[in-house]
Amino acid sequence: MRATILVRPKQGILDPQGQAVHDSLRHLGFAVDEARIGRVVDLEVAASDASEARAEVQRMCEQLLANPLIESYEIEFRGQV
Amino acid sequence: MSEAADRPLLAVPVFPGSNDDRDAVSALERVGARALRVWHDEAELPRATAAVVLPGGFSYGDYLRCGAIARFSPIMRAVGPFAEAGGLVLGICNGFQILTEAGLLPGVLRPNASLSFVCRDVRVRVERSDLPFTARTAVGDELTIPVKHGEGCWFADEALLAELDGNHQIVLRYAAGENPNGAVADVAGVCNEAGNVLGLMPHPEHAVDPLLGSADGAVLLSSLVDAARLSAASLV
Repeated sequence: MRATILVRPKQGILDPQGQAVHDSLRHLGFAVDEARIGRVVDLEVAASDASEARAEVQRMCEQLLANPLIESYEIEFRGQV
Repeated sequence: MSEAADRPLLAVPVFPGSNDDRDAVSALERVGARALRVWHDEAELPRATAAVVLPGGFSYGDYLRCGAIARFSPIMRAVGPFAEAGGLVLGICNGFQILTEAGLLPGVLRPNASLSFVCRDVRVRVERSDLPFTARTAVGDELTIPVKHGEGCWFADEALLAELDGNHQIVLRYAAGENPNGAVADVAGVCNEAGNVLGLMPHPEHAVDPLLGSADGAVLLSSLVDAARLSAASLV
């Protein structure tokens, strides 16, 4: 099954990249109030049990894919288990 | 005094993408150490290693987050227990990033607030002089040492910062008006609670001779070598 992980800068964390993109979008004439930039990780996971897979991916996020000091993450699953 | 204790052995791990390891070796030898580059694939530090210096660079291409991949190198599995047993570990720039990602130092290094790579001399203020890394300084000394990084914006949330302040773990701060990267509380260098692991963004190994613009970095490295000499003497 496929897991998609969205890693985002936490609320309140300064995101200079997002600010630069926000400024650029405004230069192009788009009415944008805020832009935040994160990261997408697609994983192909071998798992027979959905809750087991979720727990496993959660551990991946905590140990490597996100830095809990500054980033939050969301996990989405697609496909059959 | 034996030769080993007189010129203590400092190990400088080299990761794919490290680029300040030779400068680190040269600077450490200049201030009286024997310094040995150790490839990241080694699972053990050389025998008689009295201190470890993690050098600057771009280990593993800064993939994912700076330092996030290097911490899985075999050599880091030796550096972790070495640090936990009280061994002296200094992380410079990318070395600092690796130590935070490995959980050996608090906080995290983020992209510079300006989003620009910064390469210039900065003045840093010494906040603690009772550490193996700062014994030759006095609190309030201002050292001129260059920085060169794109991701040196140290961050800790308010609770962590208060805890570190309380434990006196902030060792170096950028002097007023000098903060090159937007680091919280002007933090340029932090240590662990025990004080045997230090990370800093400025590069002391690039400031060891007036010809280079400053010799202030040698003060920090000499302090480390003094301490390494003592620890080597106790090993013999």
